[in-house]
Amino acid sequence: MTESLDMVLLARMQFAFVVSFHIIFPSFTIGLASYLAFLEGLWLKTGKDVYLNLYQFWIKIFAISFGMGVVSGVVMSYQFGTNWSVFSELTGNVLGPLLGYEVMTACFLEASFLAIMLFGWNRVGRGLHFASTTIVAIGTLISAFWILAANSWMHTPAGYEIRDGVFFANDWLEVIFNPSFPYRFTHMVLAAYLTTGFVVTSVAALQLIMGRRTEANVLMFKMGILFTAIVAPLQIAAGHSHGVNVHEYQPIKLAAMEGHWETHRGAPMIMFGMPNEEKEANDYEIAIPKLGSLVVAHDLNAEIKGLKEWPEDERPPVAVVFWAFRIMVGIGMLMLFTAWVGVYLLKQGKLTESGWFHRLCFIMGPSGFIAVIAGWFTAEVGRQPYTVYGLLRTVDSVSPVTADAVGMSLTIFIFTYAIVFTAGVFYLFRLAWRGPTDSGHPSTDLESPPIMATNLIVSEYEGELLGKGRAGVTPP
Amino acid sequence: MMESLNLPLIWAGLLALAVFMYVLLDGFDLGLGILFPFAPTDRDRDVMMTSVAPVWDGNETWLVLGGGGLFAVFPKAYAALLPAVYMPIGFMLVALIFRGVAFEFRFKSEGVLKRVWDQAFHWGSVVAAFSQGLILGAVVQGIELENGRFAGGMFDWLTPFSFFCGCALVWGYALLGTTWLIIKTEGELLDWSRKLTLAALVMVILCMVVVSLWVPLLDANAAMRWGIDYPNIDWPQLLMFSPIPLLVVVFTVVMYRSTRSTSSTYMPFICAVMLFLLGYIGLAVSLFPYLVPYSLTLYQAAAAPNAQALLLAGAVILLPTILAYTVYVYWVFRGKVDLDAGYKH
Ligand code: HDD
Ligand code: HEM
Ligand code: HEM
Repeated sequence: MTESLDMVLLARMQFAFVVSFHIIFPSFTIGLASYLAFLEGLWLKTGKDVYLNLYQFWIKIFAISFGMGVVSGVVMSYQFGTNWSVFSELTGNVLGPLLGYEVMTACFLEASFLAIMLFGWNRVGRGLHFASTTIVAIGTLISAFWILAANSWMHTPAGYEIRDGVFFANDWLEVIFNPSFPYRFTHMVLAAYLTTGFVVTSVAALQLIMGRRTEANVLMFKMGILFTAIVAPLQIAAGHSHGVNVHEYQPIKLAAMEGHWETHRGAPMIMFGMPNEEKEANDYEIAIPKLGSLVVAHDLNAEIKGLKEWPEDERPPVAVVFWAFRIMVGIGMLMLFTAWVGVYLLKQGKLTESGWFHRLCFIMGPSGFIAVIAGWFTAEVGRQPYTVYGLLRTVDSVSPVTADAVGMSLTIFIFTYAIVFTAGVFYLFRLAWRGPTDSGHPSTDLESPPIMATNLIVSEYEGELLGKGRAGVTPP
Repeated sequence: MMESLNLPLIWAGLLALAVFMYVLLDGFDLGLGILFPFAPTDRDRDVMMTSVAPVWDGNETWLVLGGGGLFAVFPKAYAALLPAVYMPIGFMLVALIFRGVAFEFRFKSEGVLKRVWDQAFHWGSVVAAFSQGLILGAVVQGIELENGRFAGGMFDWLTPFSFFCGCALVWGYALLGTTWLIIKTEGELLDWSRKLTLAALVMVILCMVVVSLWVPLLDANAAMRWGIDYPNIDWPQLLMFSPIPLLVVVFTVVMYRSTRSTSSTYMPFICAVMLFLLGYIGLAVSLFPYLVPYSLTLYQAAAAPNAQALLLAGAVILLPTILAYTVYVYWVFRGKVDLDAGYKH
C-alpha cells in the first residue's frame, strides 16, 4: 500500500515537472508565432526594413524555443501511457481521438511549415514564406485547441457515459465543447499572448537600458506596451469569467482557491491567510467582507460553499491552490499596472526616456511564465484528488509500475531538463543581449558560425551579398 | 455507416504506416547522428547536419502520431505496452531530447561547446536508436498481461533478444543514414558514404538473418504463421510468404551494385527502404493479429467504434494532406547540400 502511495506521489511529481517544463515553451511560441506573422505581414505591406530586422531577430529566438517545446512535448505524449496507463485505458475512448486530432491537424502542420519558415527564404517566394509563417501561427493555436479540449474535459466531463468503469463518448460536440473549455481556451491563448508581449517588452527594455536606442528597439518597445495594455485587461476579464465557471462546476476547487472553509452568505474576499488543513481554518486572515460573493456570483449576499461541506478525502491540497491562485492574480494586476503606466508615459512622450520604467519592464519579462505555471497549478491541483473530476480518482489512474522506476526516471528527467534548460536559457539570453540588428547595417554578425541553423538569408534574397557563408542547399 | 467497416483492421494498417514512416524518416536522421563522429572532417559534419536540419522535426512527428495514435485507437494496447517498456521509453525520450536540441545549440556554439553538442547529437542518436530496438525486441518477444494489464517485472524487456534488436536497429539506421548521404553530398564525403554503405549493408543483412531465425524460436505461433510447425511444413503457406526473403536477396544485390557504381544517387536509398519494408512485413506476418504479442489482438485492444470512426473520418482527409505537404517540403529542400550557397549569388 505504501509502495503504491509512493508510486502515485512520484508519478504526480513527474507529471507536474515535465508538463510545467513543457508549458513554458508553448506559452511563448504560441504568442511569438503570431507576432512573427504580424511582423512579416507588415514588412510585406510597407516594405520597411525595420520590420524585417525584428522578424530576423525574433525568429532565431523562436527556433530555439520551438525546438525545446517539441522535444519536451514528445515526452508528454508518452507520459499518459508510461505513468497513467490505467487512466489511458479508461478514458482513451474519449480523450484519445482529441489528442489524435491534435497530432494530425497541428503537429505536422507546424513542423513542416516551420522548415520553410526557418530555412526557406531563398527557396520559396515571399508570399509563400509569409503563408508558411501564418500557417505555423495557426498551427500552434489548433494545437492548443485540442489539448485544452482534452484537459477541460477532465475538469468538466460532458457527453460521456460509463460502462464497467470505462468512459465512452456519446456526443462528441459536448465532449469537445465541454463547459469549461471556452473559458480555458480563451484564458490560455490570452496568457500565451501576454507572456510573449512581456518578453518582447522586456528585451526591448534591456536594449534601451544598454543605450541602444535604435528604430527597431523603440518600435518593439512601443508595440509591446500597446499590445499588453490591450490584452492585460482582457485577460483579467477572461480569468474572472473562468472563475465564475469554476464556481458553477467545481465548487470545491473554488472554495480552495478562495480559502473558504465555512459556507457563507455574503462571503468575504480573503486577501491574505495561511490555510491550515488541520485546524480547517486560515491563520492570519485578512479579508474584505462580502467582496467574495460579489466577485464570484455578482451578488453581495450570494452563498459560497466552504470546504467543510465536503469530506476530507474529497478536498484538494488547499494551500497550494490558494497560493498559486494568488500568485497568478497578483501578476495579472501587476501586468495591467505596468502596461497602463507605459501607455501613460507614451502619451506624455516620455516612454523612451524613463529609466526606472525600463527596469520595471525588464523585470516583468518572466512574469508571464510564472503566472502560467501558477494558473495551471491552481487548475490541476484544485482538481485533486481526481484526474477526471468527481469520477476517476488519481490513485486509481496510475500504471502498474514500481515506485523505483518512476523515481529513477524522474531523476533522469530532472537532470536532463536542468542541462537542456540551462543551455537553452544561455543561448536565448545571448541572442536577446545582442538584440536586433540596426536597419543601417544589414545582419553581418560575424560572431556566428557559418551555418547557423536559423540564420536567414534575407538580404541575399534582396540581391545583396552577405558577410559570411550561410547555410543553403542548391538545386541540382 | 462507418461502423460497418472493419475499423480495427484499418487502424492497425494506418498505425503500421505511421510507425514505418517514422522508422524510415527519423531513421536516416538518427543514422546521421550515429555516423557523426566518424565523418572525415568537421565541415562534413556541418553538411550532414544541414542536410536534415529542415526536416528532422517533421520526421519526429511521426513518432508522436505512432504513440498518440496508439492511445487514440488502441488504448488497451497503449496501456498494456508502455508500462512494460517503461525504462527503454524513458531512455529513448531523454536521448531524443539531446539529439533534438543539439540541432539548435550546435550551430550556435564554438570550440568546446560545439564538441559537447556534437557528442550530444551522436549519443542521443545512438541511444534513441538502440532503445527503439530494445522496445521492438521487448514487444516481439511477448508481454505478460493479467486481466489486460501489464503484470511483468520492470526488467522483463532486457533479454539477449531485445539487446540484439537494439544493435540491429543501430546498424539499420546507419544504413539509412549513409544512403541518405549518397543523395545529399558530393566529393569525398560521398565516397566515404558509399564505402560505409557497403559495410552497413553487410551488417544489416546479417542482423536480418539472425532475427528471422530467432523470432520463430521465441514462439511457436510465429513459426506456424510461416507454415512451419516442426517437424511438419505447410508448403503452400511457406511458398506464399517466400517472396519476402527472395526480395531481400534481390534488393541486396541491387543495392550492392548501385552503391559501387558512381552514377547512382537515389537507388541505394530506395533499396535500403525496401529492405526495411520487407523486414517490417516479415515481422507483421509473424505477429498478426497481435498488437501485444501474444496476449492482446488488435480486435481486443480496439477503442470504442465511435472513437475509431471519428478519427478515421479526419484521417481520410488529413493523412493524405500531411503526406502531400511533407513531400512538398522535401521537394523545396531537394538537391545536394551546399554550405557555400551564400557566396554564389
Ligand atoms: C490532457 C491532459 C492534460 C493537460 C493538457 C494538462 N494536464 Fe495537468 N495533469 C493531467 C493531465 C493534463 C493528468 C494526467 O490527469 C494529471 C496527472 C496526475 C493528475 O492528477 O492529473 C495532471 C496533473 C498535473 C499536476 C499535478 C497535480 C497534482 O498531482 O497535485 C500539475 C501541477 C499539472 N498537471 C500541471 C499542468 C500544466 C502546467 C499543464 C499545462 C500544460 C497541464 N497540467 C496540462
Ligand atoms: C499533457 C499535455 C500535453 C501533451 C501530451 C503535449 C504534447 C505535445 C507534443 C507531443 C508536442 C510536440 C509536437 C511536435 O512534434 O511538433 C507539443 C508541442 C506543442 N504543444 Fe504541447 N502538450 C501538452 C500540453 C500543451 C498545452 C496545455 C498547450 C497549450 C495550451 C500545448 C501547446 C503546444 C504547442 C503550441 C506546441 C508546439 C511546439 C511549441 O510551440 O513549443 N501543449 N506538445
Ligand atoms: C488577474 C486576473 C486573473 C484571474 C481572475 C484568473 C482566473 C483564473 C482561474 C479562476 C483559473 C482556474 C481555472 C480552473 O481551475 O479550472 C485560472 C487558470 C489559469 N490562469 Fe488565470 N486568472 C488571472 C490572470 C492570469 C494571468 C495574467 C495569466 C498568465 C499570463 C493566467 C494564466 C492562467 C493559466 C495558464 C491557467 C490554467 C489554465 C486554465 O485553467 O485556464 N491567469 N485563472
